[in-house]
Amino acid sequence: MANVTLTINGVKVTVQKGTTVLDAAAEAGFFIPTFCHAPELTGFGACRICVVEIQGMRNLPASCVTEATEGMVVQTESPAVVEARKTILELILANHPQDCLTCEKNGDCRLQDYAFRYGVKGPGFEGQRHSYAIEDSNPYIIRDLNKCILCGRCVRTCAQVKERAVVDYAYRGFNTKIAAPMDVPLGESDCVYCGRCVAVCPVGALTYKRLSGQGRVWELEKKPVTCTFCDSGCQFDLISKGQKVIGVAARAPGPGRPLCLKGRLGLELMYCDQPGTPQLKKDGEFVGVTWPEALGLQGVLEKLKKIEG
Amino acid sequence: MTNPIKDVAGADFILAIGTNTTESHPIIGLQVKKAVRGGSTLVVADPRKTEVAELAHTHLQIKSGSDIALLNGLAGVIISEGLYNKEFVKERTEDFEVFRAAVEKYTPEYVEELTGIPADKLREVARGYAGAENATILYTMGITQHICGTHNVFAVANLAMLCGHIGKPYSGVNPLRGQNNVQGACDMGALPAVLTGYQGVGLDDVRAKFASAWGLESLPAKPGLTVGEMLEGASRGQIKGMYIMGENPVLSDPDAGHVIHALEKLDFLVVQDIFLSETAQLADVVLPAASFAEKDGTFSNTERRVQRVRKAIEPVGEARPDWRIICDVATAMGYPMSYESPAEIMREIASLTPSYAGISYPRLEQGGIQWPCPTADHPGTPVLHVGKFSRGLGKFSPVEYVPPAELPDQQYPLVLSTGRRHFHYHTGTMTMRTGALEVHYGTEYLEINASDAAKMGLAEGDRVRVSSRRGSVELSARITDVVPEGLVFTSFHFPEVAINKLTNPARDGISKIPELKVCAVKVEKTA
Amino acid sequence: MAEVTLTINGRQVTVPQGSTVLEAAKKLDIFIPTLCYDPELTIDGSCRMCVVEIKGARALMISCATAATGGMVVETESPAVVEARKTILELLLANHPMDCLTCARSGDCRLQDYAYRYGVKEGGFKGAVHQYQIEDDNPFIVRDMNKCILCGKCVRACAQIQGKSVVDYSYRGFNTKVAPAMDTTLAGSDCVFCGNCVAVCPVGALQEKGLRAKARTWEVEKVRTTCPYCGTGCNFDLNVKDGKVVGVTSCDGDVNGRALCVKGRFGYGFIHHPDRLKKPLIKKDGRFVEASWEQAINLVAEKLGAIKSGFGPEALAVLSSARCTNEENYLFSKFTRAVLGTNNIDHCARL
Repeated sequence: MANVTLTINGVKVTVQKGTTVLDAAAEAGFFIPTFCHAPELTGFGACRICVVEIQGMRNLPASCVTEATEGMVVQTESPAVVEARKTILELILANHPQDCLTCEKNGDCRLQDYAFRYGVKGPGFEGQRHSYAIEDSNPYIIRDLNKCILCGRCVRTCAQVKERAVVDYAYRGFNTKIAAPMDVPLGESDCVYCGRCVAVCPVGALTYKRLSGQGRVWELEKKPVTCTFCDSGCQFDLISKGQKVIGVAARAPGPGRPLCLKGRLGLELMYCDQPGTPQLKKDGEFVGVTWPEALGLQGVLEKLKKIEG
Repeated sequence: MTNPIKDVAGADFILAIGTNTTESHPIIGLQVKKAVRGGSTLVVADPRKTEVAELAHTHLQIKSGSDIALLNGLAGVIISEGLYNKEFVKERTEDFEVFRAAVEKYTPEYVEELTGIPADKLREVARGYAGAENATILYTMGITQHICGTHNVFAVANLAMLCGHIGKPYSGVNPLRGQNNVQGACDMGALPAVLTGYQGVGLDDVRAKFASAWGLESLPAKPGLTVGEMLEGASRGQIKGMYIMGENPVLSDPDAGHVIHALEKLDFLVVQDIFLSETAQLADVVLPAASFAEKDGTFSNTERRVQRVRKAIEPVGEARPDWRIICDVATAMGYPMSYESPAEIMREIASLTPSYAGISYPRLEQGGIQWPCPTADHPGTPVLHVGKFSRGLGKFSPVEYVPPAELPDQQYPLVLSTGRRHFHYHTGTMTMRTGALEVHYGTEYLEINASDAAKMGLAEGDRVRVSSRRGSVELSARITDVVPEGLVFTSFHFPEVAINKLTNPARDGISKIPELKVCAVKVEKTA
Repeated sequence: MAEVTLTINGRQVTVPQGSTVLEAAKKLDIFIPTLCYDPELTIDGSCRMCVVEIKGARALMISCATAATGGMVVETESPAVVEARKTILELLLANHPMDCLTCARSGDCRLQDYAYRYGVKEGGFKGAVHQYQIEDDNPFIVRDMNKCILCGKCVRACAQIQGKSVVDYSYRGFNTKVAPAMDTTLAGSDCVFCGNCVAVCPVGALQEKGLRAKARTWEVEKVRTTCPYCGTGCNFDLNVKDGKVVGVTSCDGDVNGRALCVKGRFGYGFIHHPDRLKKPLIKKDGRFVEASWEQAINLVAEKLGAIKSGFGPEALAVLSSARCTNEENYLFSKFTRAVLGTNNIDHCARL
């Protein structure tokens, strides 16, 4: 396959033809901030935070959708780039609640990360702000569209499963929002609460209800587990605080499979809810027994153990 | 230190002599302040009016180098007034009569002549020290960096034994050591006459033990040379090659001109450091070492507490931890040395060193341990000399006052003393490169008393040249009453004010420590 | 020593007489939020965050300054207590910048912790808000008095740990602020920049300048180690982000507790200074040339070996280091004695 060589921040890097400038920069060890880009999703180029300066180009192109070409000279943090990013952040913050104080995503929020990185302390503009009611009418996902930056990652990840595609952009202009058909709450839509949208949301617009108020990001630990509900082997994260598992978060679906709610709930039952021991009636009274005993598998298990020896 | 740092706050009486505690050891200074807040009496003996001296109930602003006179004078008062701890002296010490005879002539009036301290003040301090339930003595280089440095220490120890202020909590004889691991370097046998744990190289069984552990027939028995003697040997051509690890003698040692000359005469000099120090610039080979943040190991602090140093990051560039470099050089010289980790080295140290025998990395995870720690279940020894001195009885070693080697005269009318500043450290190799400390405290100045400044027509901030018989430096004057008339002071932190070009290499006969605290200089205003 | 038994949240606990209710609760692992309380400092009782309900008491009592007595019945999270705490938080937040977005103490801020704990999303009151200039005219500490909650821990730490009393309350009422004498900046005061005030500040009012500009609290890994400067042997945590030391914070050291001096807390910059030696150097024709480790080690071995065989071991000398570890000093001593064959080893113990 053909290669191209380009220069990024003075460093020469050779990549396969067809690579984006964003990926080439990563190859050269340079970080470029992104909101709407996700490697597993289609290129979108909506958020513009990944703009770079490319010699000879008329304006600042979005690096996530610009193909690297031979001899290209790229600056990823030039004054013009930094200014553009600051303005983008100021514009986003002009219509974003300043409530990191209690926001569940504080500490794991790209908007916050980039605001810190570029020293953007608040909105640079005054204007109208959304005041959507927070949607928490379903038992699993809280949607706070006041925090939504319209990056569309939830839309694209949801659309990866053809029969789902529950949410999409609705309305126009300032009123644009992500919504289920007819702008009904998720609870009334076809949503199955797989949590893929929560997993990809870069800000605090989508969060798990179960984890709400349970702990700050920096207090929590994530441990990957594979779901054993069916044979697909989807990935989840066990979320724990201290010694206790307090929730299960979606990661990535197994190859060619959707993520499902059953898996996540099953894992929650297993790891968080710690189901009580089975009760067996002995002499007219219930007593706690082991699962093998309750299921009458004691003998079988012993035989198996013997064979394993 | 015979006692832990935390004991300082519990002492009823603190005699701080030759220590600028709050600047050079700020955290120990906090213990001193805590004691004073709690009602303890603080007496500071120092020619300079330092912050800790300002804090003191009594500041004994002694003439530079008159410490023995002061200490003998205190002992004299205590004996003549019958205030000494007779039981302790009888049970725990020997040669008291010789000592009594020796200090007899140091009457308060005679001491006043030598030190400038009024006789009554001396008596008052003597009574305070002797009468306190628990009294501690703190000292640093103001005691040791004199031609009589060892004798100064004897004088301190004599005083403590006389009053029994040793071998119990909240008391003791407490040298505050200036470098993170100077205690450890001594403990580990980085000294010419001893191996680890101060086991003498002159002892046959010691040498035999180490030789067998190190897989050799024998080890050299003749004690080696001290720094000064090495440099002397180098300038005379007897020392041909030197290997210097993490030291900067060009700035730290007295008479810098002579040090440079000596190092230049070597056939071969290898320097291992984290920066291209003034000494490294003279080397034939420079080896890049890892900083404390880039390696595992242990430091032993001034209270003999062995504590962990932990690797936080990978060494920068191609730098390597010193222990690995030493192994590589040894191996290349035909003596294979290889260790998995510093923990393995510590196991070897523990196996050869009775005072470190019970120390191991797993134990250090629970916190530092103060040696002696002879066994794995020994809790360590916070207070030394409880019930018994290491030699058995405490021996009084009478010492006599001797004036400093170089006194002011017509040509060089002022005394120069050197020391440290709060914001900097040693030769400045690290603190000049922090992006913070040197920004805040970027230039050095010469402290000079107002009356001396007036004599020379000096104003605050004037540039002056300070010269001794050995060299000169230029810097700005700061007119202050921190120094008394006749004394000037500056630090040795700043390469551009390499004050050790001026200092006197005259050394203590026993410890070979140079007299950095006193030399004669003149100060001239530059154009 | 006499003991008292009391009931907290329905559980009995016995503590020495004179213990506070806060200490008694701690013994039961019952958490009570505090802002102005610090076990190392005198009790201030000013923030009221630690109020609890005590049966028979007229008002909510501050648990940090109320002695536990026999038979006392305490509730630490009753509706009245929770309501009081919420109101206190709302009052504090009414005059506190809502800039957790970029505040470098976000993630290590008690005001934030408690706002989250009690679900207080913002100041519940509208009123005057301070507009102080941020003070950063020194290289060590940034002071943002807009974020100060007047808990006074810095005042007490400066007086009771550092013994300097550089800062204290000044002015009155709403204008009360913590300031050095004459309301100068720290740089214009007697401050020695030990940063012990920063270590106790519960919010973002006092921040380490270098560290907080480089990393968010949740991004750093902390590695406990021993200070490389003087012989006191203070312990502290190196803060590491992306393989670099970005700062130093206090831990509970054996010798020093949380206290550090300016060198220990702010003197870490040399670690990544561009002057650091990164490759072995060999002098050729009076100039240093970069070399490989193999070349350098071989040259050292060869030259030292040649001097040893040509002039005897006594023609060699070694300076070890009071800056290096015990293990390194031991190995260097072993090297000198076993490999070079001389006792010519010393270090700068006398300097």
